[in-house]
Amino acid sequence: MNIKPFLTEAELPFCKGCGHSSVAQNTEKALQKMNLDPLDVILVTDIGCHGIIDKNFLSHTVHGLHGRAVALAGGVAAGVNNSDKKIITFIGDGGATIGMQHLIGAAHMGFNITVVIHNNMLYGMTGGQPSEFTPCGFKTPTLPEGSAKAGYDICEIIASAGASYVQRVAGVGDYSDSLVNAFSAKGFSLVEVMEICPSYGVKSNPGMKLSKVIEDSGLAVKVFVDGRDKEYVTPIDSSPKSLISDKFNVDVKYSHNLSKPVSIMMSGSAGEGVQSAAEFLAKAAMTAGLHATKKGSYPVTVGVGFSASEVIISPEPILYTGSPVPDVLIITSVDGLNYAKAAAARMKGGLLLVDESLDVPQTGAKVVKFPFRERVGARNSAFYSIFWYLNNNNPFPIEALKDIFMNNKISEKVKIETMLQF
Amino acid sequence: MQTTKSVKPKAFIDGSRLITEACVLAGADVFVGYPITPANSLYLYATKRFPTMLAAPDEITTLQWMTGFATAGRVPVTATSFPGYALMVESINMAFMQELPMVIILVQRLGPATGTATCGAQGDLSVVNGTLSGGFTLPTFCISNLDDCWSLSAKAVETAVKLRTPVVLLTSKEMVMTLLSYDWSNLPEIKPTKMTEFKGEGQYFPYKAGDNLIPDFLPVTQTKHQVRVTASTHDTKGILQNVLPEAIENTKRLQKKQDKHLSEFTFFDLDEQAGAEALILSYDITAQAAREAAVKIRETGKKVSVLIAKTLLPIPMEYIEIANRYKRVVVAEENLTGQLRQMLFGVAGRKGVTGVNAIAKMISPNEIVEEVLRNEY
Ligand SMILES: Cc1ncc(C[n+]2csc(CCOP(=O)(O)OP(=O)(O)O)c2C)c(N)n1
Ligand code: SF4
Repeated sequence: MNIKPFLTEAELPFCKGCGHSSVAQNTEKALQKMNLDPLDVILVTDIGCHGIIDKNFLSHTVHGLHGRAVALAGGVAAGVNNSDKKIITFIGDGGATIGMQHLIGAAHMGFNITVVIHNNMLYGMTGGQPSEFTPCGFKTPTLPEGSAKAGYDICEIIASAGASYVQRVAGVGDYSDSLVNAFSAKGFSLVEVMEICPSYGVKSNPGMKLSKVIEDSGLAVKVFVDGRDKEYVTPIDSSPKSLISDKFNVDVKYSHNLSKPVSIMMSGSAGEGVQSAAEFLAKAAMTAGLHATKKGSYPVTVGVGFSASEVIISPEPILYTGSPVPDVLIITSVDGLNYAKAAAARMKGGLLLVDESLDVPQTGAKVVKFPFRERVGARNSAFYSIFWYLNNNNPFPIEALKDIFMNNKISEKVKIETMLQF
Repeated sequence: MQTTKSVKPKAFIDGSRLITEACVLAGADVFVGYPITPANSLYLYATKRFPTMLAAPDEITTLQWMTGFATAGRVPVTATSFPGYALMVESINMAFMQELPMVIILVQRLGPATGTATCGAQGDLSVVNGTLSGGFTLPTFCISNLDDCWSLSAKAVETAVKLRTPVVLLTSKEMVMTLLSYDWSNLPEIKPTKMTEFKGEGQYFPYKAGDNLIPDFLPVTQTKHQVRVTASTHDTKGILQNVLPEAIENTKRLQKKQDKHLSEFTFFDLDEQAGAEALILSYDITAQAAREAAVKIRETGKKVSVLIAKTLLPIPMEYIEIANRYKRVVVAEENLTGQLRQMLFGVAGRKGVTGVNAIAKMISPNEIVEEVLRNEY
């Protein structure tokens, strides 16, 4: 067997006695035990002291942002989509704090990655500030009185998030077998390595022993999950259908009577067919050789309140799609009335078609009242109103709208005759 | 009764459909999405059209996943609006430093903050211009009509892939959600673009570039060469190096490669009328009002030219050269203070340059006409 090195011969970049060195060495040992090729391994490192290790690794390396390495590695795993490749993420307790959601998310997804948390219980690179992993009583240079709260039990969190393998180890001696177990797991695995930062941790807590800190913190050094084998496979649709299709084409069958654009605003209530009716109107206009645009306005809660739609039909191509002052305003409900009052007030001419049950808003338009709701019920009032409009104003033949209506499944529920009683 | 001029069938579609299809045809193959109005129609189409579509739990993850996909050689796209874009900023810087391709479609809505999700806007150009720390620009295109939804989206993907960089495609609610009749019988063909891969035998330097200033790519699935990807200041090997001259040269190259290739991705519409002394300059959703305003002005017998900017960043110098030919320049854009106007002419402005600005409403052609004719030239 030809065992390949995973680390260059250069000295490791950490302070003397730093636990990060032992993670690097144990990682190499584990990968060698698995007889992997360095170019089948992708190491994704976070920002922090531990993250500067990438230059020592002979595997592929990806180095990103503080706290985001797990999300980045998830993307790498989804992109590579090959469980023969080992994707390993190095992150600190600091990175795991700011990027906690990514850890939970990656475990939940089951991405094929192993996360090794270098938990030295503080932010090393920035000078020894406490993280959310700092145990109760543990002191740091910026927290000389010691942390008042316990640190996260990340293993419990990640176990419950659905990881395949989770283990906490004390970062002394040889723990390469634990790493082998994690690297061999299918899907998401995590090893939390408890470490000491000699430069800040030891200085702030003189005489401290790692084993004592772990014991006092109540964090169990054990395997939390093994053999769940939940693995994410990236979906790849090899022949998705084009979004361009003749079925969206509207054939021209009729001619029209317009010499200039007409903007029609329909304003009613959600659930009363306003958007569909507006779309029917626009498409019908297209079958008469007109250009058309349609846009909707509604509150974010699409199921209640007003529902309004602006349609422009034009013999010439439409550039500007706005219509601050409609030529025709059709109001079919109280919600619609409240919403369209301002537009009605802006009208200096044109037609305001309003349901008979409603108050007539202030407007300069010619007002026509009609009992749309009473005749066909609230749900169909918007459809009915556009049939009425075409019948009385004839911008293009009403047959065009009948066609659109009959070709839609609404015609199975609503008889076209009800729409044509004027 | 008018007879119909053309009997060609038209489709009734929104811009999102064209943008999505064009991105895929141009070579994008992954969409990572996080829901946000008014970008949701792009998300929906992506579920039907992209070979791979992932729903991310937030926008930082979105960008991180996209970057991860790109290290494996895939070409990702996302669509968002300002709140999501703001969360993406640090990660866009990362992908930019790592030189990985992706397209971020930024569908503008009314801000600041959550603002009004369902109201269109044109207010994020300055944000995009300020995305990268250090005075670098992020190649940015802006859609002005349905033709652009098709062609410019493809160019955005092509630029991202060729230049190995994140690219922003700016658009707004009006463009991606409004349905329009559109003759799509003659859409120009779109061909996919692929990253140039390293073919050499010797050592691979992931950040070593030739004359074109763009390094050859290798995915992290490589079994012959070691691939290093990093967002920290690095040498050509991809190894972190504080401020070594080689590393700083590498960082500077990121801007130089854009400047070098800018002419290949400079897109604008220029409709110049001989003898005109006024220019309407616009982009994005106000572009259509600008085009219509020109028609109206010309109908009165007066002369006017129109420049529609589609490549917004880095700013092509042509825009300044064109503007300098006119005594009067009216920049129309749907934001409060005139972001493109200030980028082109500075805060101090230039004599004869004015803006038509608005928020929470579309600028109408008449407002532009009035401004152009205000100081009768
Ligand atoms: C978004 C962001 N915030 C803050 C920082 C500054 N920063 C760099 S490293 C670091 C903490 C590192 O601590 P840890 O992840 O525990 O790694 P260690 O240095 O202890 O190995 C911080 C906060 C940053 N780089 N990015
Ligand atoms: S500062 Fe602490 S964490 Fe960083 S290298 Fe030194 S000992 Fe390790």
